[in-house]
Amino acid sequence: MALNIESDYGRFRRIVRGKIRENLRKYMTHGELIGKKGKDVVSIPLPQIEIPRFRFSPKQQGGVGQGDGEEGSPLAPGEGEAGGHKAGNAPGQHILEVEMKIEELAEILGEELQLPRIQPKGKHKIESLRARYTSISRTGPETLRHFKRTYREALKRQIASGSYDWEFPVIIPVKEDVRYRSGRPQKLLMSNAVIFYIMDVSGSMGDEQKEIVRIESFWIDAWLRVHYPGLETRYIVHDAEAHEVNREQFFTIRESGGTMISSAYKLLREIVAREYSPEEWNVYGFQFSDGENWGDEDNSLCISLLKDDILPHLNLFCYGQVSSHYGDGDYIKVIESGLPGFDNVALSRIENKDAIYDSIREFLGKGK
Amino acid sequence: MMLPSHLNSMRAQVEAIARAAGLDFYETIFEVLSFQEINMVAAYGGFPSRYPHWRFGMEYEELSKGYAYGLQRIYEMVINNDPCYAYLLDSNADVDQKLVMAHVYAHCDFFKNNRFFEKTNRHMMDEMANHATRIRRYVDKAGYEEVERFVDVCLSIEDLVDPYQPERPPRLPLAGKEEEPVRPGEMPARKEYMRPYINPPEELERLGEELKKKREAAVKFPLRPERDLLLFLMEHAPIEEWRRDVLSIVREESYYYAPQRQTKIMNEGWASFWHSRIMTTKALKDSEVIDYADHHSGTVAMAGGRLNPYKIGLELFRDIEQRWNRGQFGKDYEECDDLAARRTWDLKLGAGMRKIFEVRALYNDVNFIDEFLTEDFCRAHKLFTFGYDEDSNNWVIKSRQFDDIKRQLLFNLTNFGNPIVAAEDGNFRNRGELLLMHRYEGMDLRLDWARDTLQNINSVWKRPVHIFTMLNGRNTLLSFDGTGHSDKEMEKPA
Repeated sequence: MALNIESDYGRFRRIVRGKIRENLRKYMTHGELIGKKGKDVVSIPLPQIEIPRFRFSPKQQGGVGQGDGEEGSPLAPGEGEAGGHKAGNAPGQHILEVEMKIEELAEILGEELQLPRIQPKGKHKIESLRARYTSISRTGPETLRHFKRTYREALKRQIASGSYDWEFPVIIPVKEDVRYRSGRPQKLLMSNAVIFYIMDVSGSMGDEQKEIVRIESFWIDAWLRVHYPGLETRYIVHDAEAHEVNREQFFTIRESGGTMISSAYKLLREIVAREYSPEEWNVYGFQFSDGENWGDEDNSLCISLLKDDILPHLNLFCYGQVSSHYGDGDYIKVIESGLPGFDNVALSRIENKDAIYDSIREFLGKGK
Repeated sequence: MMLPSHLNSMRAQVEAIARAAGLDFYETIFEVLSFQEINMVAAYGGFPSRYPHWRFGMEYEELSKGYAYGLQRIYEMVINNDPCYAYLLDSNADVDQKLVMAHVYAHCDFFKNNRFFEKTNRHMMDEMANHATRIRRYVDKAGYEEVERFVDVCLSIEDLVDPYQPERPPRLPLAGKEEEPVRPGEMPARKEYMRPYINPPEELERLGEELKKKREAAVKFPLRPERDLLLFLMEHAPIEEWRRDVLSIVREESYYYAPQRQTKIMNEGWASFWHSRIMTTKALKDSEVIDYADHHSGTVAMAGGRLNPYKIGLELFRDIEQRWNRGQFGKDYEECDDLAARRTWDLKLGAGMRKIFEVRALYNDVNFIDEFLTEDFCRAHKLFTFGYDEDSNNWVIKSRQFDDIKRQLLFNLTNFGNPIVAAEDGNFRNRGELLLMHRYEGMDLRLDWARDTLQNINSVWKRPVHIFTMLNGRNTLLSFDGTGHSDKEMEKPA
């Protein structure tokens, strides 16, 4: 069969991402499928593009349904204008409580991202393939036989064919009854990688800048957690002094004070030396700041720390500089000029919230 | 993958039962596909070879996500073609495959015998592949994006066809044809030398001028409102040959799918009727009963207050069969208002089977519902109408009255529940502008889409495009002149 679904699918995805045919994006609806995963109700994002046609205004349209209920009893909440047309001929289809899963959002975000230069290191890396048994099949190895399902099939068959004896309820499975667990092997990349997030929380960072940093590191973090399970993360905040904090604090902490980036580097060096030997760990660092550092002295200290103690042990070091009302800081230029020849450094300027997505791509985009 | 032998012997058994029951179908070729393959084929509307377009990718994403999360799966697909092609999902249990085969044979019978399918192209497999080749050729010539953009424009108006007049070829020659010279009629002259006296040349010239003027004033086309806008544009729009051909491709595919949309309830009802009849009376083994019942009830289940075409169609066919077996129709029955007598009414006519075969040959969903939906049926199946209630911002049950239900259902089925739009005047205001007419039936158009659709039509027609409709109770002319939109209130143009 000559099927070209891959190219049509790729084309559709590129339109959805706004890479091509930009004018089509205005017809995009952020639809969803409501699914179940275990006990959770999940919402599976399903972007669709609807070509405009002559159609009736949705709210004036009615339909015929079936079931119980008095005249006037409500079926489904009406939606706002935006997604309204979906409800047009299918009330009762919508579920009120919808959980949007962070992982799924991260997945949309990250179809083209990748943690670069990840290398097999360390003793934890024994298995890189792990099978997750999520479904049932009719064939499989005996070791994966699903006893309960097999029993149920056999019971069903025996009742149906009349060979089930209520007095003597023995169930004998035959070949057709046997069910097996089945699943797809999933790639379990590297359990031993560690990510450091460093954020400048000094007074010069306004609320807006902090918010940008938090949004960006939140998405990087969410995305990495989905794709690299078992990843370790550490969080460092600094003003003139550096502290290690936990994830929750990192995203909520408020401080103010002067800025000494070197303090964070010293803490980073200390933690890496103590806990993450580079022979066994892939180490990544993400640093965010407004680029306002305490004088040239600290700048040159930072460069020497990076050059001698940090970069040689890191797979990748990313620095994102957030623009502030006072203009751009200098620190990004300091790194640019101070660190020639290191190819494991990625720099990015983040001008506003809209630039976050591009910045993440600069850090983690494929081919880096 | 062709059928493995145990499925093939099953297929032969089901086919024999189906033929013995009176079903009449083209040869049917079954193939077993994995779920990825069946999702792909389904995304392409059932055809393995289609022209490239992003919307197929979009369909595919929806189908595969639905499958991955266990929300939906396609058990079977069947293509209206001679021979019919049917695809089975490889993970179906054997009893499912048997059910699906019975279902498929009934679909094939419907394709072959329902009169609304009479004009469909029975070699659509080849035709679709042909379309794909042609469009790929245009892609090579004009560029991928250019062709894709134009396909999008065509899709925007793809359902503006006339489902009751399929298979009209465009009237040749197409746009740019020469007009015949105007000639006034002469009075008969018995003698040749009398002619200049009876028909003075200056008078002839004057008449000719007059006629010419009259004809120019009457350059109204189309003569009658034309619902087949795709055809109208093919005939009259000033576009390159390849665009004309893309229009014709989209139009042809639209006409191919139209009867399936026109007979959704009947077609699925007929297939469900027969799979259940064949399975329960002939093909089912004792050990398969539970799985069969499970699957069958899943197919015809009514979920969340929505109407399931499988279920309604199935029950209506059963209802018709029973009523014609027992003679529950006609004047005497209609006029009998003794409920007990009606319920036990049985003239032992035994005409049920003949009747349902007749119905499947002659009806489409609209007249099927119109004629066979009964008050008893609505009550038994708890049908209701619903609508949007502004006060509570909810969709609510509006009515359980038989008349309301029937009217609403017929409305939703007429023209597939879409507005009826026709090309009214191709020389509107004598300036070569295009006027479309929306036949208003109480519901407004969705404004933003209507504007964008006008814009799309304008890109084909090149001159300003208008649609006459009604907005918030006022006659309105929506216009797009190539640069901006406008709408103004006006009287219905003559």
